[in-house]
Amino acid sequence: MAFLTEIAQTVFAQTVYATAYDVLPIVVILFVFQALVIRKKPAHLKRIVIGFVYVLVGLSLFLVGLNEALFPLGKTMARQLTDPGFLGIVTGSDVDWADYLWVYAFAAAIGFATTIAEPSLIAVALKAQDVSGWAMKAFDLRIAVAVGVAIGVAVGTYRIVTGTPLPLYIMAGYVIVILQTFVASKKIIPLAFDSGGVTTSTVTVPVVAALGLGLASTIPGRSPLIDGFGLIAFASVFPIISVLGYDMIVTWLRRRDKHDSKEDMP
Amino acid sequence: MSKQIYRFLGLLGGSARDLGPIVLVIAFFQIVVLQQPFPDIGGIVRGLICVVLGLALFVQGLEMGLFPIGEAMAQAMARKGSLPMLLLFAFALGFGTTVAEPALIAVVGEAATIAGAAGAIADTAEARESYAFWLRITVAVSVGVALVLGVFRILVGWPIQYFIIGGYILVISITAFAPPEIVGIAYDSGGVTTSTITVPLVTALGVGLASTIRGRNPLLDGFGLIAFASLTPMIFVMIFGMLA
Repeated sequence: MAFLTEIAQTVFAQTVYATAYDVLPIVVILFVFQALVIRKKPAHLKRIVIGFVYVLVGLSLFLVGLNEALFPLGKTMARQLTDPGFLGIVTGSDVDWADYLWVYAFAAAIGFATTIAEPSLIAVALKAQDVSGWAMKAFDLRIAVAVGVAIGVAVGTYRIVTGTPLPLYIMAGYVIVILQTFVASKKIIPLAFDSGGVTTSTVTVPVVAALGLGLASTIPGRSPLIDGFGLIAFASVFPIISVLGYDMIVTWLRRRDKHDSKEDMP
Repeated sequence: MSKQIYRFLGLLGGSARDLGPIVLVIAFFQIVVLQQPFPDIGGIVRGLICVVLGLALFVQGLEMGLFPIGEAMAQAMARKGSLPMLLLFAFALGFGTTVAEPALIAVVGEAATIAGAAGAIADTAEARESYAFWLRITVAVSVGVALVLGVFRILVGWPIQYFIIGGYILVISITAFAPPEIVGIAYDSGGVTTSTITVPLVTALGVGLASTIRGRNPLLDGFGLIAFASLTPMIFVMIFGMLA
């Protein structure tokens, strides 16, 4: 346990401080409205305070661990994979999108993996499971979102490689989303729109941003400042499509099952 | 007590499962694709223990603190029946949690560098600082406005897709007029504004409101606040880019 005390003294203390700085405005707002508007002590105050401490310590440990174990490796990896030397690209030749297959594979895999570990998505999925009375399983929703992020980030890296305009892709995504909302069941729509916003947070953004910047700075003719951005936008639109798509598949399967069982009846 | 310990062990198991894919992906690319050894295995194992423990504690804290207070406050405000106070609360929550968000501070800093390089503003430290500051305020205001709109939607019970589709049309039409160098940042800013602590609280607020107000369904009407908060920053940031 010696390493725990060692961590506690250094990085951990700084991260707790940074996270507390994040929580502070929330606590102030909650306190002001509680004291001035509601004017009633909330039930189970002690439990709530302990819960806030858990969130604070938990999130700090989470971030310290990520910074210690995964982020440095993930970022180095993103740089190495986008290196023309590794990809076997002759400098000076024209960019061929097919030379970057490993980059798309890595983008999809890391997009999926980081989304599964995203704490804010866990929170929304848990709440949805709770509110729907377990009809919407938290883990299913998270898988659906993660598949969307995987596709989104892979397409996003393809866009950086080919240098095609970002708004075109996002508009196409919007058109698909709009068409899907006419077909999907009503209860999934708000959840699908929410999952677009929560996917890109603590875990996903640092690694995905490193990938985008790495790509944009090694490909000739791309500027890291202009082309490096936009991956997050992909990771926010595609999960909406995949969650709505997941709902459409589930509805279709259910309808087919019902149909089959009717035919089985004598 | 032993029941709680048992439950926490379950959470630890869940966290370990959630971390599995990242570990697998990184190990695969390191060993098979890049064919390199792992630097500092001890540090990685240490870090992973912290991550698993931290995630389990976070989930435990969600259920004990953030979810209950969010729902309790939403219900108390809805029962008070003061619409201005409720909307003010929504605005304060959106503005207050966004304005100090570290991810946002990083993004506006880069945006200022781009604007300076593109000649949209004078390329001096002073001009960049003021640009970054006002951009940050713009995004924070946009998230505040988003939550006000979102809470209003829950109160009136209109379907969310009308708002979102309207927002999409706005985003697309403004893109045509916005300076190209701000578009990438504007599109990304929608994703970075909602932090890990804000999301559970805002979700609980929506669900709490929808479950208190008669005729609203928590699943149909309670979700969607985050969706508003990731859409308005795109619109506001592009308008900011046109005016700056």
